[in-house]
Amino acid sequence: MVSALMDKQTGKQAGESESKRNKESILEVNNLEIFYGEKRAVNGISMDIGKNSITALIGPSGCGKSTFLRSINRMNDLIPGARAEGEIIYEDLNILSEQINVVALRKEIGMVFQKPNPFPKSIYENITHALKFAGMKKKSKLDEIVEESLKKAALWEEVKDRLHKSALSLSGGQQQRLCIARTIAMKPTVMLLDEPSSALDPISNAKVEELIIDLKKDYSIIIVTHNMQQASRISDKTAFFLSGDLIEYEATEKIFTNPSVKKTEEYISGRFG
Amino acid sequence: MSTRSNFDNNLKELKDLLLTMAEKSEHAIKEAMIALLNQDIKKAKQVIEGDNEIDDLEYEINNKALLLIARESPVATDLRKINVALKVSSEVERFADIAVNIAKSAVHIGSERHIKEIIDIPKMMEMALEMVSDSIKAYYSEDITLAKKSAEKDDEVDKMFGSLIQELLSYIPQNPNSTNQIIQLAFVCRYIERIADHSTNIAENVIYLVTGNRVNLNA
Repeated sequence: MVSALMDKQTGKQAGESESKRNKESILEVNNLEIFYGEKRAVNGISMDIGKNSITALIGPSGCGKSTFLRSINRMNDLIPGARAEGEIIYEDLNILSEQINVVALRKEIGMVFQKPNPFPKSIYENITHALKFAGMKKKSKLDEIVEESLKKAALWEEVKDRLHKSALSLSGGQQQRLCIARTIAMKPTVMLLDEPSSALDPISNAKVEELIIDLKKDYSIIIVTHNMQQASRISDKTAFFLSGDLIEYEATEKIFTNPSVKKTEEYISGRFG
Repeated sequence: MSTRSNFDNNLKELKDLLLTMAEKSEHAIKEAMIALLNQDIKKAKQVIEGDNEIDDLEYEINNKALLLIARESPVATDLRKINVALKVSSEVERFADIAVNIAKSAVHIGSERHIKEIIDIPKMMEMALEMVSDSIKAYYSEDITLAKKSAEKDDEVDKMFGSLIQELLSYIPQNPNSTNQIIQLAFVCRYIERIADHSTNIAENVIYLVTGNRVNLNA
């Protein structure tokens, strides 16, 4: 898996760090800085992201949390003038290295966006599209992955009889779970969720939250959310960002009952932001 | 203006309501003690009847606190404020119940002549009431130092309780006909000792409110 992420094999692997790896962590962020042109959006943050856990990133708009999230699977590469310095270590490789194969990286570190964005194709094709693109042709295998992914995304029972109907006929909540199923189909290890239920009604939101909690058995999840109750309900650790700085990163229980930093308290209790 | 001024006002109202409840309970304890010392049955009965009003205040505080939890999704200090208001209100409600118990002892003793002049019980009560007053002040002003100071007196109250009980029991052999009175006075000592314990609980809650840490001041 590691070599698949490398465009070129070199004597020393790209970004290989000699620091002691924490086995509980899936990602290690070291002094990460992200710039949009001259403007620095993330100011040298360092944090470990836990394996098979849910990490919530919170903070007011413009605090750098989504920029940070997008840097984890190199989505910022698509923004002209955006660049990152420092390290994000995943499987002993620095994700930010130029030698990383970004397409392979995004298979392992998948992303779900705020607005459900299914392809204007059938439910079935939404899941198989990328698999076919990656060369998988066998129908029985594709069927199997479709069923498995939809089951993991808690959508199978609702759509199993209409797999070949348009994905756009699904409700918003179902579309979002389809997008999660589409990510699961690629068998990622990390899932990045950017406000995945902010556009959903309360019931759909509750279903997506239940699903996220269920998914941490198999995946490491990082979620950006503006919903404090959501962060407190589903995450194991919470990171509070403000003006590009990581202000506080602690067990969620601690953050929401007795945060150490006054700014964190003011933000989570709705006194600013 | 704070972005959550309505919530802040509601938290303040909750605290003010609790202060009113505490003042009424303190007053009930003092009245019960006067009734006991002056053998004023009428006053004792007034204290017993007055308890309903304090119970109603506790319900009001409970309802208000639950509504705030349901409506405002409080976290961190806000959440502790509501949690502590609920806890302190039940301690204060116990003060009022103790006032009723003392008043009932006064009724039981009735007009029977006291076996001796009652001097130490009011002294013990004075100490316990100081603890009540300080712990409530500490709650209202979120003052940890005052909270700790109030709890420090608990040991003295306990000591006094021990010696008063010994003294009271020693009167029984010489005053077999006053056994009921002596037992009622021993009960009153026990009630006062409980007042000090409830005050200490309030002081512990003040420390939790401010620091988020649970402490045991009664160790």
